[in-house]
Amino acid sequence: MSGTQTTYNDKVVRQFAVMTVIWGIVGMLVGVIIAAQLVWPELNFGPWLHFGRLRPLHTNAVIFAFGGCALFATSYWCVQRTSHARLWGGPLIPFTFWGWQLIIVLAAVTLPLGITSGKEYAELEWPIDLLITAVWVSYALVFFGTIAVRKVSHIYVANWFFGAFIIAVALLHIVNSMAMPVNLTKSYSMYSGVQDAMIQWWYGHNAVGFFLTAGFLGMMYYFVPKQAGRPVYSYRLSVVHFWALIFTYMWAGPHHLHYTALPDWTQSVGMVFSLILLAPSWGGMINGIMTLSGAWHKLRDDPVLKFLITSLSFYGMSTFEGPMMSIKTVNALSHYTDWTVGHVHSGALGWVAMVSIGSIYYLLPRLFGKSEMYSTKLVTAHFWVATIGTVLYIASMWIAGVMQGLMWRAVNADGTLAYSFVESVKGSYPFWAIRWLGGVLFLSGMLIMAYNMFKTMAGGKTQDMPVVAPAGHHA
Amino acid sequence: MDINDLRSIVTVVGLLCFLAIVAWAYGRSSQKGFDEAANLPFSGDDDHGASSKTTHLR
Repeated sequence: MSGTQTTYNDKVVRQFAVMTVIWGIVGMLVGVIIAAQLVWPELNFGPWLHFGRLRPLHTNAVIFAFGGCALFATSYWCVQRTSHARLWGGPLIPFTFWGWQLIIVLAAVTLPLGITSGKEYAELEWPIDLLITAVWVSYALVFFGTIAVRKVSHIYVANWFFGAFIIAVALLHIVNSMAMPVNLTKSYSMYSGVQDAMIQWWYGHNAVGFFLTAGFLGMMYYFVPKQAGRPVYSYRLSVVHFWALIFTYMWAGPHHLHYTALPDWTQSVGMVFSLILLAPSWGGMINGIMTLSGAWHKLRDDPVLKFLITSLSFYGMSTFEGPMMSIKTVNALSHYTDWTVGHVHSGALGWVAMVSIGSIYYLLPRLFGKSEMYSTKLVTAHFWVATIGTVLYIASMWIAGVMQGLMWRAVNADGTLAYSFVESVKGSYPFWAIRWLGGVLFLSGMLIMAYNMFKTMAGGKTQDMPVVAPAGHHA
Repeated sequence: MDINDLRSIVTVVGLLCFLAIVAWAYGRSSQKGFDEAANLPFSGDDDHGASSKTTHLR
């Protein structure tokens, strides 16, 4: 390393970081619209903007557009810094950015048109699935190529989590998307009946486990130590955390199919593995939060750290709730109710979105040559608005969900149902209104973030930083 | 021996493999390497936190 100065490739990080905020606003806006449609059904205009078509647009936009861009940005930043190397891959790097944006736009066009394969979180039709595969393989090449040219001997634990997320998502996407095309916009799953359902929820739950957990844990293992200014609480625990998660997550999917045609023993296996998952999940949460031990005072006036640590609290809460809901007797009450929706959002808003927002707030000033965000006060405001929004959302869904479950199972002395379905819908209205309000608050937080981001970007320098040569390391 | 024996064996080997990883992770010999790895986030840019080079004891 002498003479010519190599720089980190921060252009692609910059692009993905900005699009994280933009797609976050778009995806959450669609969420607010469909939440409003449940309260005021008159808002279902025509077939294209109907709840049934906008709902998959919401889930795809927040998971793959918002969450996906955040994962690309943070993993590209982290792998370069902890490998002391510039991103490997040449033209593959911009292809991952532009390819991913094209996929998002195609999703936003096809889903409202009703072009869907009908598999939850995998609705996109086969031509888009092929494009996803191409982008994802390029992503894997860039990421692992950079690991291969690293200048240090160790592969930092965050990169293990990012790497597992990339490999597992490739596997899940390819297996679950196997289909027979009829024409350009229609295909049928290669699997049928209960096998199709099982593969779908093997995919579905591992999309949660690897896309929405392992990737974001990679974020946690890099950005929490960075923002706290101290190494992770226990590196040993992080190694055990990683392998425990990898060994167990793959088997938890059947808990989505309790009391269905799935064989009973398979349901029980899914439940047991879901219960075991509590251990690695909490191990990881404790490892992240304890990284702050001895520096708790930093939490008082650092809103970025507030985002990161609060996200871990929500992670701990939803990974306790998840195993509990996977117990068959609990699931008998919670399944098909809004409790599930509340659980998903305590993970999605509280954990995934907050850890992403914290990490992006860490990145933005550094990406645009500033020492800090345009306004730290606005970051604090965003934190409180987002936290209150999340709490309103999940609390209202808990109440609505338990109420629905109890009403649906209530029977009269003669064995007839005590309530009609529509009575449970009527009872849910006030809680759906509170949920809508929670969503509006969370979305306003993202608008505050966008304003702060553009103000930070204004007049910023976008010069790439030189790669730091490792000190005393022999690769 | 049918396919189910193989399945049982894979499960047991998987568990043993995991226990071996735990033993290795908490073994004395991996301490130094882990300390180096744990400090990697602080070596890749000059953006050091308040107390970067901390040796952690766990």
